[in-house]
Amino acid sequence: MALFARQLQSLTAQGIRSSQQVRLASSEVSFHTKPCKLHKLDSGPNTSVTLNREDALKYYRDMQVIRRMESAAGNLYKEKKIRGFCHLYSGQEACAVGMKAAMTEGDAVITAYRCHGWTWLLGATVTEVLAELTGRIAGNVHGKGGSMHMYTKSFFGGNGIVGAQQPLGAGVALAMKYRDQKNVCITLYGDGAANQGQLFEATNMAKLWDLPVLFVCENNGFGMGTAVERSSASTEYYTRGDYVPGLWVDGMDILAVREATKWAKEYCDSGKGPLMLEMATYRYHGHSMSDPGTSYRTRDEIQEVRKTRDPITGFKDRIITSGLATEEDLKAIDKEVRKEVDEALKVATSDGVLPPEALYVDIYHNTEAQTT
Amino acid sequence: MSSSRALSLLSKHATTLSTSTRGKAHFTFQPSTTLPSGLESMEKSKMNLMQSVNEAMRIAMETDDSAVLFGEDVAFGGVFRCSLDLQKKFGKDRVFNTPLCEQGIAGFGIGVAAAGATAIAEIQFGDYIFPAYDQLVNEAAKFRYRSGNQFDCGKLTVRTTWGAVGHGALYHSQSPEANFTHTPGLKLVVPRGPIQAKGLLLSCIRDPNPCIFFEPKILYRLAAEDVPTGDYTIPLGQAETVRSGKDLTLVAWGTQVHVALEAAQLAKEKLNADVEVIDLQTIQPWDEDHVVESVQKTGRLIVTHEAPISSGFGAEITSTVQKRCFLNLESPIERVAGYDTPFPHVHEPFYLPTVHRVFDAIKKSVNY
Repeated sequence: MALFARQLQSLTAQGIRSSQQVRLASSEVSFHTKPCKLHKLDSGPNTSVTLNREDALKYYRDMQVIRRMESAAGNLYKEKKIRGFCHLYSGQEACAVGMKAAMTEGDAVITAYRCHGWTWLLGATVTEVLAELTGRIAGNVHGKGGSMHMYTKSFFGGNGIVGAQQPLGAGVALAMKYRDQKNVCITLYGDGAANQGQLFEATNMAKLWDLPVLFVCENNGFGMGTAVERSSASTEYYTRGDYVPGLWVDGMDILAVREATKWAKEYCDSGKGPLMLEMATYRYHGHSMSDPGTSYRTRDEIQEVRKTRDPITGFKDRIITSGLATEEDLKAIDKEVRKEVDEALKVATSDGVLPPEALYVDIYHNTEAQTT
Repeated sequence: MSSSRALSLLSKHATTLSTSTRGKAHFTFQPSTTLPSGLESMEKSKMNLMQSVNEAMRIAMETDDSAVLFGEDVAFGGVFRCSLDLQKKFGKDRVFNTPLCEQGIAGFGIGVAAAGATAIAEIQFGDYIFPAYDQLVNEAAKFRYRSGNQFDCGKLTVRTTWGAVGHGALYHSQSPEANFTHTPGLKLVVPRGPIQAKGLLLSCIRDPNPCIFFEPKILYRLAAEDVPTGDYTIPLGQAETVRSGKDLTLVAWGTQVHVALEAAQLAKEKLNADVEVIDLQTIQPWDEDHVVESVQKTGRLIVTHEAPISSGFGAEITSTVQKRCFLNLESPIERVAGYDTPFPHVHEPFYLPTVHRVFDAIKKSVNY
């Protein structure tokens, strides 16, 4: 113990971040997270969370894959190999990875169009995602869906119409409850979509019938080019559920996200009904690739967030300083990730396109060929 | 049929076609060769569709103190810049953003109009008009009728973007006009270019009925012509013959008019057929007499539109013309339209009723 105490002393002596660290007996470290703000709840998730080395490396890798994959998508778009619409998740990685870390088998996710990272996290390969963006056969929907429509077994997409996914998520949760599953449906939406009437309807149904749905608002501060103050009479999105209890979470801290999601899941699994979470996060790119993202905010602001609140560098600092990982560990992961994305890029830019007959496949169950 | 032949032709070049044509528009914009009557002497300025829409709104707001413009992101100029500088000119209480809520926008617009102010409501993409569908169909279209003219929302004009843009896929490419033609009480307009857009939009804004004005987004920058700079309107409910001919009548609206003109030119060169092209302009109420007169002259009709063929507005035109021109017809009426599928992602070039498919239909009709 004396050894540990000395190590602790030397660590704090180096004057690192204010969040305290305690090295426990196993290769597990405990961190402090920002407390969640609560709405109609007496208690919330723990602010002291533990992390082991295996998870540390996994979360780092997951976030890096998403970051790299989105960068690759952005470049492909600039090269006009991806056309149409492309909404990048860069900056918000901690939300997806943190929530996934708390999910168990059978949980489902549904979100809007900023979905590439989620698709990969929930089982697709990087190739499937990038090739879908470029419209090739190797794509998740073989090129028929494009950027906004990607799916996996537990991932209901990928939805282009804002807000449409909110009642759908409540429906999925109903099915889970009906089948007596101890599962939740994580129903994500943005700060812009928080003003859709559908959310009000879905929230009422969820609370009325105690559905295990987690309404999660990924608040990145802007609905396309409109700052939250200019679109919403109340920007406390975690309170907007009114009679549905809510949590505000620091969405740039993956451990806070994981802890909050774990807590929320327990709440739902115990049959207490829905919760409304708000993840305070930030996106570096514009709303989509057609939006430079600098006409409604300053470059300085974006740089500031990158420097001080980036979810990946923040996490990296923590796990290195606490000794859970070394620089070399992380460099090796970076290299591996780069390779994975590069290989996916190769397929995404060279694979073939579905033949024209695929145009009328999947309209109905066993759609018949058209003769006109 | 012609389209399956075209399909097999295209499938031979499947990979190369879809990757090389993804960057190219499927038509060439054909500027108007004549002006609406009385405008020849007016000063003109080169404008694209976006600018002419902007102009129309500026004039509408200058001449009508009660006119307000609202929608998603209109304050800074709008995602297509159609409302550029309008907030600067007219102030925040006349040009303002709404939250992301189409149903709210439509309902709110109906209320504003019913209270006596001219409401210009923007729905950013026609594909998003469906949350607003209930308000438009059940409220806007029926307000006057159900109140026996005690109330109306005639001062409402909904502007929304429309049609294929080359890469829009399922939710940025739809032509939803047929969803509204089944609803009496609404007027529906689709311009083919800047000159018509300005005059037609001003007519819609000033028309005492709720109107939906569909703006072909692919033409916003692509279509430029010399547009009269003054205050002018083009009457609603009037179609325009954009190319005269005696052998076949080809009816279209919006972007598809330019495809039709190209097909007509091809028909002259390859088949020596004189095709008359009509731009419907107003879809509801549509200029029946104009089309009927043309078919009585030519004896053949083709209607072409981007929206899926089944229950597309072409079906209504076909049915009416069949009834009124039965003995004039020399060949069955053809429709060349999108297939009955959701608007596709990579298969857009195959889905669209391109000049090849229209030409094939012309050939079939004249050889019948």
